[in-house]
This record gives sequence, C-alpha cells and structure tokens, in this order.
Amino acid sequence: MSAPASSSAVSAAVAEFALRMGDSCLILGHRNSEWCGHAPALEEDIALANTALDLIGQTQLWLGLACEAEGKGRTPDNLAFLRDVSGYRNLLLVEQPNGDFGRTLMRQYLFDAWHLPLLKALIGSADRRIAEIAEKASKEVAYHLERSADLVVRLGDGTAESHARMQAAVDFLWPYTGEMFLADAVDDELASAGLAPEPGLLKAAWQVHVGTTFAEATLKAPEKSFVQKGGRRGVHSEHLGYILAEMQFLQRAYPGASW
Amino acid sequence: MYAQMVKTEAKRVRSLDEMEPQERAFQQRIDAGQKIEPKEWMPEDYRKTLIRQISQHAHSEIVGQLPEGNWITRAPTLERKAILLAKVQDEAGHGLYLYCAAETLGISRDQMYEQLHSGKAKYSSIFNYPTLSWADIGAIGWLVDGAAIMNQVPLQRCSYGPYARAMVRICKEESFHQRQGFDIMTVLSKGTPEQKAMAQDALDRWWWPSLMMFGPSDDASVHSAQSMAWNIKQDSNDELRQKFVDQTVPQATYLGLTVPDPALKWNEAKGGHDFGEPDWTEFFAVIAGEGPCNRERLEARRKAWNDGAWFRDGLTAHAGKQAARRQASRIAAE
Repeated sequence: MSAPASSSAVSAAVAEFALRMGDSCLILGHRNSEWCGHAPALEEDIALANTALDLIGQTQLWLGLACEAEGKGRTPDNLAFLRDVSGYRNLLLVEQPNGDFGRTLMRQYLFDAWHLPLLKALIGSADRRIAEIAEKASKEVAYHLERSADLVVRLGDGTAESHARMQAAVDFLWPYTGEMFLADAVDDELASAGLAPEPGLLKAAWQVHVGTTFAEATLKAPEKSFVQKGGRRGVHSEHLGYILAEMQFLQRAYPGASW
Repeated sequence: MYAQMVKTEAKRVRSLDEMEPQERAFQQRIDAGQKIEPKEWMPEDYRKTLIRQISQHAHSEIVGQLPEGNWITRAPTLERKAILLAKVQDEAGHGLYLYCAAETLGISRDQMYEQLHSGKAKYSSIFNYPTLSWADIGAIGWLVDGAAIMNQVPLQRCSYGPYARAMVRICKEESFHQRQGFDIMTVLSKGTPEQKAMAQDALDRWWWPSLMMFGPSDDASVHSAQSMAWNIKQDSNDELRQKFVDQTVPQATYLGLTVPDPALKWNEAKGGHDFGEPDWTEFFAVIAGEGPCNRERLEARRKAWNDGAWFRDGLTAHAGKQAARRQASRIAAE
C-alpha cells in the first residue's frame, strides 16, 4: 500500500470510512442488546451481551477516529446520539429487525464473515490509526465469527424446524449482503491511498466462508436474488428511525445534559 | 439480598446431643468452620434448603437482567451503554455459576427453570418493580447491589464449598456494580434540575423496596436459626437492614438527596440510625405475585424459554447426529 496523502480530502474519506464502520458496529450492537434477558439459553444471553459489548467498544474507537479525522470538535457521543437517519452510514443488513433467534444469528454470521476479512486487510492500512483499531477489533471478531458459524452449522443441521428457520433467515437476509461489496467514490479514494481494501476484493473470501459453512449446515444460498443498498449514503430502511428514536431519547429529551 | 425467607424443614434447631453420629460429625465440621463439598454426606434438609436458597439467588440474577436490560438500548452515552451491558452480562454469569453450584446438590438447571416458570420457586421481590427512568439504573446499582452485597459478603465464608466459591467472584463484581450505580447517581445529582429530580424520584421509589430485600424481621424464626446453625446465613435480616441503612444514609447526604423516611434519624446511643418500618403488606403482596411487574417478568422468562425450545432442540439434535457420525466412521475404520 502506498503512503497516505495528507490532504483534507483524504481526511474526509477517512472520517467517512470510520463512520461507516462505527455505525455498522453500533447498530448491530444495539440490535443484539435488544435480546438481553430474552435469549433461548443463559449461555446465549451472555454471548450476545458480550458480542454487543465488543461492538459498542469498537464503535467508540471508530467514531473517535471519525471525530478526529473530521476535526470539527464533535465527540463519538455527538455522532451516535445527535445524527438523524440520513446521517447514519451503517449497512442495511445490521438494522434489520431481530426476528427469531435464528435470524439474529444468521445476520451476525453474514456480517462476521465479511467483518473479519475486512479487519484483517485493514491491519495493513497506511493509516496507523485504522490499522490499530483493526488489530484490536479483529481479535474480538475472530471469536464472533467462530461462534456464529458454529451455531449456523449446528442449527442448520439440527432438527427439521431449526433447519427451516435458518433457511428462512438466509432467504430473508440475503438481499442485504450485496451492499457489503459495492464501492463508491469514497471506497475508490481509500483504496488508491492504501487506506482500506476495495470492497469487491472481500467478496471471494466471504463467498468461500459462507459456502463452506452453508454446505456443512445443509443450507442453500438463494440462486436468484437482488441487492438492497443505500445505507452508505444514508438511505435506510424504515427500521433505523425507530432504533434511533429509542437510542437517542435521553440526549434528545435533555439537550446539553451530561450523563 | 437475593434470597428472601428461605424455608428449612426444621421445627426447631436440635443440639449436638440429639443428633445421630453422622449428623453430629457433620455439624461439628460446620462449627469448626470447615467446608462441605458436593460428594460428602449431608442432611437431606441442608441439601434441600441450599437448593432453595441458591436457586432463588440464581433466578434473581436472571430475572434481574430484565429491569436493567430495559435501559440498555436507551443508555445516554456509549460509555454508559457499555458499562450497563457489561453489568447485565456479569449478572447472567452470576446466574450461571449459581445454577452450577445448585446442580452439585442433585438438581438440574432445567428443573430449576421449571420451578421458576411454574411460580414454585421465588426470586427477589425487588425485580418486580419497574425501571422508569435512567436514574433507576443508578439507583439499582447503588441501592439494590449495595443491599445484595450486605449478605453476599458473609456468604463467601458459608459452609457449602461451591456456593462460597461462587460468591467470592460474584462479590467482586457486585461491588464494582455498586460503585458504577453510585457514579450514575453522582452525575445526575450534580446535573441539571431535571436530572437531580430524576435522581430523587428514583431514590423515593427504590428506597423502601431495597429495605424489603432483607425480608421481614426473622429474629424469632426457626428457619433462620437453622440456617445460621448450618452457616448458610450469618446475620439476621434486621442486622443486615441496619447495616445497609447506616452505610447508605451518608451516601444519600453526599449526593444531596433526601431519604424518603420521616422517621429516619441518627441514634447516638445505639451508634446507628433509627428508621421507619417498610410496608410489609406491600412486600407480601409482591411476594404473592401482585407487584407492579411480576406478571411481565415471569411472562418474559417463560416466553424466552418457550420461544427458544427449537433452538435448544436443534443443538441437541445436531450433537446426536455428530455422535452417530463419529460412531459410524469408527466402525468403518475398524
């Protein structure tokens, strides 16, 4: 990877990238935390809270970088709690409702199988700050992927009911996976500056992982599908507004208060 | 205290002279401060009482996830969200150690869940109250975890080994939670007038239910005397309540908040506070299922369990298939 340019354009691209990463972590962490106390087994309550906690921790790092690169004096809390839907840059996949526990697990798996190779590639980023966050996060996400893939296999190849539920989850979520591999001008700029990999380059590794896991789980990826996109430019599904209404309630109801 | 009014089968506490040799040897080991371990002989009533006490404690940790989980998605900052998530995760972990400790006494976790879901087993009355504002999360950490610590610290030295060891780890985490709760209250009470009002309102609503956590006076209770003889309870409910009030009142003063008890005053002669009597009618109503959130709490736990049946069955079926495959490949290899 080549040395980073130090122009303000690059800073803006880094800020945008950090926002995309942080927002996906935040919204997925939020969705996972909705399960708290309601999971099908105590071990799952613990694992979900733990995953959510990792993701919120990663959110703090990515949004911290977004603030620094942006240089407008905002804080990660300002970004998390005071932006409206159109300002959010997360993948549509992570804002989809939890559904049953199978859909929650499948959403996590499809995300993890993309997240880990991305983080591994980012360890080689020309921006030391990105590389450091990726290094730390990849250790946590390696465990997320191990756990989610394992459960997808066990439930896919479990009972007829667990199989049917996992297959329904794949079918429902599949259209939201294509967005992970689409590039826009920001991605092109990041890739040419050696800051982040081209999104399309991550697709092969993701397909291999998903293919292997699904084969073991006796699940099938839909043969024909379409791509739902828009998260990265702030065009979301209807669900995100409700997540933010809940998440941002205190900061909106008591403007300027410290907590 | 997460275990309230735990009953024994005792009619009265018997002296060493009245016991058969085996039971006498058991009691003498307890009197000498020794630990009883799972595979050792123990009186049936000791075993049953411990199952009741430990499972009630475990259920409280599990049900306790619900009122606090109610605010995870609305926590006001990323840091507060992370701290609350970690706390609730710790509590689920406490539930897990405690269920494991109870399992060493010959009951399965599924049986304990069944007792919870059917209403046969109880959990602490405190978790039947609603969390209505962010300050309630502070108040729970400060008051509820503070009250829980009062009786859990001595339980680290209780006679049953697995329970005592579980309690060592639990206590470390609980005291951390208590400090975090107090920190939330500190920030709110130094915040805007609305935040301060929020903190006072939380104290007003959580004070009496927190005092009720210790249960009614048990000075004359044979169950309590028997549990003390077995060293699975060390202090009377009134002693613990007094200790809690004496510890907490100065903290409320530091926060600039008013404890909602007109009878509260320092008694120099006894070196502690005098304070009013909790509304025991309310306490017994909550224990009987008539608290503000009993139905929601139990319904949420039942729903989680019932909705998750396919998940647990799926994992069991997969484990069975894997075992069969291993068996088949062993046979093929021979």
